[in-house]
Amino acid sequence: MIQIPPELVYTKSHEWARRLPGAAQAGDAIEIMVGITAHAQEELRDIVFVELPKIGRTVKQGEAAAVIESVKAAFDIYAPVSGAIARVNEAVVKSPQLVNQDCYGTGWLFAITPSDPKEFSSLLSSGAYSQQVQAQAH
Amino acid sequence: MAEPLIFERSVPGRRGYLLPPSDVPGFRADDIVPSDRLRTEPPPLPEIAEFDAIRHYTRLSQQNFSVDTHFYPLGSCTMKYNPKLNERIAALPGFAFLHPFQPAAQVQGMLALLYELEQLLCAITGMHAFTLQPAAGAQGELTGLKIIAAYHRRKGRRRSTILIPDSAHGTNPASAALSGFQVVQLVSGRDGLIDLNELKEKLTKDVAALMLTNPNTLGLFEREIKTIAAVLHEQDALIYMDGANMNALLGIARPGEMGVDLLQLNLHKTFSTPHGGGGPGAGPVGVVKRLEDFLPVPRVRKVGKRFRWEERSRASIGRVHGFYGNVGVLVRAYAYIRALGREGLMRANQAAIINANYLKAKLQPIFPVPFDDHCMHEFVVTLKALKTHGVTAGDVAKRLLDYGFYAPTVYFPLIVDEALMIEPTETESKETLDEFADALLAIEQEAKTKPDLVRQAPQRMIVERLDEVKAAREPNLRWKAGTFLFSPEGSTQRK
Amino acid sequence: MDYAPNTDAQLQEMLRTIGVGSFDELISTVPEDLHHRTLDAPSGLAEAQMITLGEQLAARNASLKEQASFLGAGCYHHLVPTVVDALASRGEWLTPYTPYQAEASQGTLQAIYEFQTMVCELFQMDLANASLYDGASSVAEAAALSLRVTERPRILVSEALHPHARQVVSTYLSGASAVLQEVPSVNGMTDLEALGKALRDDVACVIMQQPNVFGCLEDMGQAAQLTHRVGSLFVASVYPISLGLLQPPGAYGADIAVAEGRCLGSPPAYGGPGLGLFTATSALMRRVPGRLAGCTVDRAGRRGFTLTLQTREQHIRRERATSNICTNEGWLALRATIYMSLLGPQGFRELAQLNLEKAHYARERLLEIPWISATFDQPFFNEFTLTYDEAVKPEAVHRSLAKAGITGGLLLSDWYPLLSQSSLWCVTEVTSREAIDRLVDVLKKAV
Repeated sequence: MIQIPPELVYTKSHEWARRLPGAAQAGDAIEIMVGITAHAQEELRDIVFVELPKIGRTVKQGEAAAVIESVKAAFDIYAPVSGAIARVNEAVVKSPQLVNQDCYGTGWLFAITPSDPKEFSSLLSSGAYSQQVQAQAH
Repeated sequence: MAEPLIFERSVPGRRGYLLPPSDVPGFRADDIVPSDRLRTEPPPLPEIAEFDAIRHYTRLSQQNFSVDTHFYPLGSCTMKYNPKLNERIAALPGFAFLHPFQPAAQVQGMLALLYELEQLLCAITGMHAFTLQPAAGAQGELTGLKIIAAYHRRKGRRRSTILIPDSAHGTNPASAALSGFQVVQLVSGRDGLIDLNELKEKLTKDVAALMLTNPNTLGLFEREIKTIAAVLHEQDALIYMDGANMNALLGIARPGEMGVDLLQLNLHKTFSTPHGGGGPGAGPVGVVKRLEDFLPVPRVRKVGKRFRWEERSRASIGRVHGFYGNVGVLVRAYAYIRALGREGLMRANQAAIINANYLKAKLQPIFPVPFDDHCMHEFVVTLKALKTHGVTAGDVAKRLLDYGFYAPTVYFPLIVDEALMIEPTETESKETLDEFADALLAIEQEAKTKPDLVRQAPQRMIVERLDEVKAAREPNLRWKAGTFLFSPEGSTQRK
Repeated sequence: MDYAPNTDAQLQEMLRTIGVGSFDELISTVPEDLHHRTLDAPSGLAEAQMITLGEQLAARNASLKEQASFLGAGCYHHLVPTVVDALASRGEWLTPYTPYQAEASQGTLQAIYEFQTMVCELFQMDLANASLYDGASSVAEAAALSLRVTERPRILVSEALHPHARQVVSTYLSGASAVLQEVPSVNGMTDLEALGKALRDDVACVIMQQPNVFGCLEDMGQAAQLTHRVGSLFVASVYPISLGLLQPPGAYGADIAVAEGRCLGSPPAYGGPGLGLFTATSALMRRVPGRLAGCTVDRAGRRGFTLTLQTREQHIRRERATSNICTNEGWLALRATIYMSLLGPQGFRELAQLNLEKAHYARERLLEIPWISATFDQPFFNEFTLTYDEAVKPEAVHRSLAKAGITGGLLLSDWYPLLSQSSLWCVTEVTSREAIDRLVDVLKKAV
């Protein structure tokens, strides 16, 4: 059974998103942490390269923000929400296999400071995403 | 047995080639060239004897499958026999030892050959004029796209979209993007052909051209090509044909009469020049009359009985090659066309189509053909059914190597699941096709009964399946001293 | 003559297996109104006839082997060891496709890996690809790469870069939003002061040639420094044979170095096929165009070779590939590999020395002639520019040379109108002292 943690929200294009409290001094600012789901990771198989966006770049919801490559394919990773890239996970650049090993944890990709908080609530719940994955399998 | 790298054969002080001694008074580089522009150490190339090179590169060659040694049914690549006669002609000093800036008077034979080759390609394709300059199919595509852009520019407009079917070769979208166009993909119809409704829907005012391959990568002729062309021309959009599959059309139909405005040919496919382990090729571009002015310069011209290069043309897109293109390849293609002649080319084409359909008929009972019709020179089967045994098209391809056949193209076109794309070409005998079909049918049995055997193939090559993940995660693109321990059973990486 | 082995009887039998009565049924998918069931080509020829035709055409050309030629300008005639032809003509090298099935292509793949290594050593660069079409398109690919990596719009090209390379860059970039700007030259050298002024932080790269189109040796070190000061990439187009003596591009800080590599073991062949050499620093590894062979291990842990980082390429990335190139110049790369391994470090140095000596001897002799002067007073390798006095008609001089079986240097008036009395002369190891002396004698009598 594919792991779909209930505390996260999802996109149709197989990204997960997690709301984090922002940096201490930024008051009520928040960050949305982004990665790919276990289902996506399994489909891609051995990930050999991750290209992350530059910090500070602004992205729109649904815009390609990162690229993940297997040996014979390259996949765009889309921003689940609009905003500015706040942080990126350098560890997956050095060790792309982290995305295979721990896609919801150490294999996260980047974090966005959202510009429109409403977008986050429009993302899929774990239940809805799970249904989508099952529907695609049949 | 594994062969060491040439660097691992190096012995300090060994020489492989001696230059003639100097016959002029000595000049010292140190006296002539400022010291900061001089190299401090000689380039650390291997130091070997001539015979070391012979052994090494002969043994390495024996680790290759090639058209000369193995059936090579690689779809969309037309791996036909490369006649030795062509090599002999191209090696004549009167062709091989010419300098591109020799005055025209010194190269009349060369220019005559190039001129005549252009005429022959026009006759074969029904196009009005050709440039021989592009060095390969993809550079031909780039040339064609630049011509398309120039055409619309002359009409005083900028159009930025190129339509490309989802079954196209990857070079098509890559060339379009490199030329500054946006690519819009056309979803193929249920029959594997271009869907006219889909085309009309995506045909906006911004469309500069449609790039299509005919026959397409499924080996199917685009029956509606004239209608497709008419629909495009109504909008003054152009139709570009990727001629990679021209081997299917010689003496049957001409792109010029299909409404095609421009195309590239791949001489290393249709016209038998060798692939050389990756190149060189040649990708001449043919155009209709209204596009002739845009062809690259220089162009070979005939004035009276003499030939010369014409450098200037105001509307030309410019140069795409440092000189005149891959002339050595053009000479080989010329020799091929002249040796086969009208009857030979037509017979070759018929044999290519019969071979493909015959092989399809032999395989079809076991391997479904997703878009079934009489094929042209190649066809695509799906190995989807083997998935239940945990065997992929890639595994079957590897197992074929153990049977002594190079693998067909796998996983292409992208619109067919677990695709094997097979192009036997006309130069294979019925006996070879029978043996190949038997091998594939045997592998299908193995996949059901001994799937591990197929998954672990190949076993009879110099190496087993290679770790491509490691190759990509830890790129090692050049040798460095001391990084390997060599042994004849195979080197291992130094820990 | 055709090369299709199946007899008519076999073809008939195959048609029966297919289940059709005739070949025409097979092509029923081609609409009738498109049928053009003939070819407007001459009848075929038997092998002997074709050889005669080929020899007749070849005989109407004056091969470099039967004359003394002083042409260079981007295409150089060098000796090709017999072993290169003997090995490269083997069918196992000549007739395979791109090594996509790695296990059945280890010969080609290991040779590419050796090629990449040797080119890296010669250029002193981090990485080399498996080849591009030719030197000119390699310059264009370097420009395109620079635009992508830096996301800056302007490209500075030295006026002393081969005009054909400049033209190909211009063709490749037409339609893109890039701006191509030429940096002028003074006294045969790129004007580094002008370069400095043109360099701003919107410049993607600077492209220079060493030796430059006039044969002069540029101060690449200083040019690279100026370029890096504003964060632009420095692209060097070099002449591989010269690297036996000259500072390699890696040593003066080139980010990308390219070359026309046909001179490494292949004949001039009227300018093509060429061999595009493309090298770069490791920082650019995932952005380079073309194929790359890499070393890895097989399941049993043995060393093996495979194409790698293929997601850069058109068959995977399609419209987002780093280039559209597919077919490259693999067979010429193999020839270059064999050539470089035969020459070795010592041979390469001697070869460059021989070129330098002969060219300097030739120029010294030519300058004995009162109406000939050196166009530029700069250090050079094996190519140099001469100017004839105003009273002398260059075309007439070169016609009289042709009558004596000598092809003089390339007249530069078409490329550089200000140099209407000048010509570009090249001397390699192929040129004998006797040929040089004869040239001087004929010239002395020509005016």
